Amino acid sequence: MKPTAKNDRIPAPEERLLLEIRDLVIHYETDDGTVHAVENLDLRLRRGETLGFVGETGAGKTTTALGIMRLIPSPPGVIKSGKILFEGEDLLEKSEAEMRAIRGDKIAMIFQDPMTSLNPVMTMGKQIAEVVRLHRKVSEKEALAIAGDMLELVGIPRERIHEYPHQFSGGMKQRVVIAIALVCDPSLLIADEPTTALDVTIQAQVLNLMKKLKQQFSASMILITHDMGIVADICDTVAIMYAGRVVEYADKASLFTCPVHPYTVGLFDSVPDLEDDKEELNVIPGLMPDPMDLPQGCTFHPRCRFAVETCRLEKPAMREVAPGHFVACPVRAKMLREHPEQNAGNEGEN
Amino acid sequence: MLRYVVRRILFLIPVFLGVTFCVFTLLYLTPGDPARMVLGDLATEKAVQEFRDKEGLNDPFLVQFGSYVYKAATKGDIGRSYITKRPVMEEILTAFPYTIKLSALSMLISILIGIPCGILSAIRQYSIFDVITMIFAMIGLSMPVFWLGLLLILLFSVQLHWLPSSGFDTWQAMILPSLALSAQAISIITRMTRSSMLEVIRADYIRTARAKGQKESVVIWVHALYNALIPVVTVCGLQFGVLLAGAILTESIFAIPGIGRLMVESIKMRDYPVVQGGVLFVAITFSLVNLFVDLVYAYLDPRIKAQYK
Amino acid sequence: MEVLFRLKKSPLAMVGLLVVILLVVVALFANVLAPYSYSKQHLTHMFEGPSKNFLLGTDEFGRDILSRLIYGARISLMVGFIAVSIALLAGGVLGAISGYYGGWIDNAIMRVMDVLLSIPQTLLAIAIAASLGPGLFNLMIAVGVSSMPQYARIVRSSVLSIRGMEFIEAAHAVGSSDMRIIFKHILPNSMAPIIVQATLGVAFAILNAAGLSFIGLGIQPPYPEWGAMLSGGRQYIRDYPHLTLYPGLAIMITILALNFLGDGLRDALDPKLKR
Repeated sequence: MKPTAKNDRIPAPEERLLLEIRDLVIHYETDDGTVHAVENLDLRLRRGETLGFVGETGAGKTTTALGIMRLIPSPPGVIKSGKILFEGEDLLEKSEAEMRAIRGDKIAMIFQDPMTSLNPVMTMGKQIAEVVRLHRKVSEKEALAIAGDMLELVGIPRERIHEYPHQFSGGMKQRVVIAIALVCDPSLLIADEPTTALDVTIQAQVLNLMKKLKQQFSASMILITHDMGIVADICDTVAIMYAGRVVEYADKASLFTCPVHPYTVGLFDSVPDLEDDKEELNVIPGLMPDPMDLPQGCTFHPRCRFAVETCRLEKPAMREVAPGHFVACPVRAKMLREHPEQNAGNEGEN
Repeated sequence: MLRYVVRRILFLIPVFLGVTFCVFTLLYLTPGDPARMVLGDLATEKAVQEFRDKEGLNDPFLVQFGSYVYKAATKGDIGRSYITKRPVMEEILTAFPYTIKLSALSMLISILIGIPCGILSAIRQYSIFDVITMIFAMIGLSMPVFWLGLLLILLFSVQLHWLPSSGFDTWQAMILPSLALSAQAISIITRMTRSSMLEVIRADYIRTARAKGQKESVVIWVHALYNALIPVVTVCGLQFGVLLAGAILTESIFAIPGIGRLMVESIKMRDYPVVQGGVLFVAITFSLVNLFVDLVYAYLDPRIKAQYK
Repeated sequence: MEVLFRLKKSPLAMVGLLVVILLVVVALFANVLAPYSYSKQHLTHMFEGPSKNFLLGTDEFGRDILSRLIYGARISLMVGFIAVSIALLAGGVLGAISGYYGGWIDNAIMRVMDVLLSIPQTLLAIAIAASLGPGLFNLMIAVGVSSMPQYARIVRSSVLSIRGMEFIEAAHAVGSSDMRIIFKHILPNSMAPIIVQATLGVAFAILNAAGLSFIGLGIQPPYPEWGAMLSGGRQYIRDYPHLTLYPGLAIMITILALNFLGDGLRDALDPKLKR
């Protein structure tokens, strides 16, 4: 396999970068073979920024998130190489005790399914108080009081700290999960599809809550989702993930006006257009590759209509095609350089 | 919660009646004439008939049943032994403490060994400890308690002369019978704890606990364990019933004068009132233990508690 | 359904299956395999240890232990299978009716089951056997009836969960009769937990049968039931332990094999573990 070319680095002022992931490789070693969950992943997040981390199920987004928290289940998962720089320090070099101090305090995570993320036999208040007591020197009583404050902040009456998870609806459970994540005022919040498991109407409520809290807590956030609508609503920058790597990275406006990577184009294309009179929906032909058996070269090339011979041979590096807009596709990058006026737009190629 | 408790207790009454009915029916269907049993083969037909009339044995089934229940409920009179002529209640109450002590001791041993082993096996799944524990558990499950008892006697009494092979009065005498009896229960509790723990450890809320920065020891021993033990509690309750039944066989082997041995002897001697009383007693004890376990379960699991508020 | 069987990749389960098959073969061909009849007494060779003529030795009447064990396999397996069949049939039908029709029928049947379940199973078997008297047939009934409530419960809960599924509504909608629905749709889908319970049930039935024979109910001499052999050899344990060692070993191996098999079946049929 040809070596990966070096990615262009974002020339952002270093002190503004809260999180920088370089060349992260995470594998799951199972009896049936090695799952290449995350391959040479690069990601960056500035302070105060909300990054939308987009991709289909199985692309490796949750694995990346767990990797940042160093919560990858250790057999069979293994972080093979890379650097995860948080506030300038490499998380992968830290001891477990140091990571425990960071989890819940500096980096917090919201998981996908609120129905199963909470301990069924502990009261909500205690579950929030637990995080507080782990990272702050307060008494049980004070921690519970803080828990009550957090509940009110997320729109739940404070008396309910004595109740159990099964007494709450899905949306309210997720609010409590958010409360648990935010109570220690983390610098980084990772939200893994926080609204996917909820009803559509509740989704909107929870998203609005998150927007409001984002302002209040000025946390930076990585929002993992497969819903471009949510990205448009709440994110500042977007990273598109496919089969274990980031294939496109840009700020929201740039991505939505000019998606470059063929996969991104395909994603936008497949959203049904209300005004279009079509008989068939656009799909990206083919399926996501088996992470145990990734294609040679560019992982997307078997499904890509722009693929050429070199796509099969060399893994593409991220190249800057516009200020702050990076794409891992030399073919498309070249196309844009040569015909800058040909906007990929939401219509797709004609 | 209180309403739930009261309801469960009241509910036991029809169950006890049902058990009494079953046992009484079984006895009723047993071949052999109770009058003959008591009076002996040489008694005259007239004497037999008089006895039958006096004891109400010629009455219809339901009348006999009703009278049995009435006497049992009001006077604690559940008949007389054909052999010793003493009240069944007296015989049983003399024997009962032994059985209860044996069962309770075995239950304690089973829990004290079973649960920690199950937990450690789950935490260190596939390790040497896990494999060995599972092997022992399988063997323990498959060994008949009476054989194990005999083997233990063979080793510790006959060969090594360390421990006595009968009786239950000294603490040394209690060791072998309790060990023999608890083998099966230890195995089941270990396996149940292990599988429950394995399931709980994979739960999302365990991941949440770690994401909070919680120490692994607290994650396992507080978050996971509490949830995992809830179904184990139920299993322990059921195992107590198995222990009570197993005590019957164990008492035979170790010559412990408990209810089990009483019943075995009574069966051989066809002393059916004693058998009947014994079954009743054990069934009632088992029901009460299960009720206790259910209440503990409801207390521990807030989801259940909520259903019965 | 056959596909599920192929999932039994667990080596332990396969060992269990092999041993069980072996035992069945031994039981079926006992007459051919056993070197002696189970009741033939060799009065000049009593209490002998294992030797060329008597591979596992002889008992207190000079009977060949190996032959008695072989015939004992036949008895134990027969009791196990028939008792479980009785329990399955009686319990299964009651459970199916209970689960399917619900209402007061369900209540009534389940209350009766509750009463039976409040007596520990072995004890119930003892009580029934004591009432019916000794003998192979009575033993099978006693052990069978005492395990019936569990099958009733399992079948009932299977039926309840399947009954709620949509394809049953669909069957109703096209006019299938109740009986047809029960037998063609509900029962085949409830098979999995029943099979597991039945396998483990045979083990428990054999254990119970041995226990009952041990205390004198059930099989009477000279029939070579393993538990009865243990009971017979008990008094000689100090001097001739092999009388109790081998029958007990036979019981243990049988139960172990059945347990391995049952565990393997449970894992193979568990939808959560399917790849």
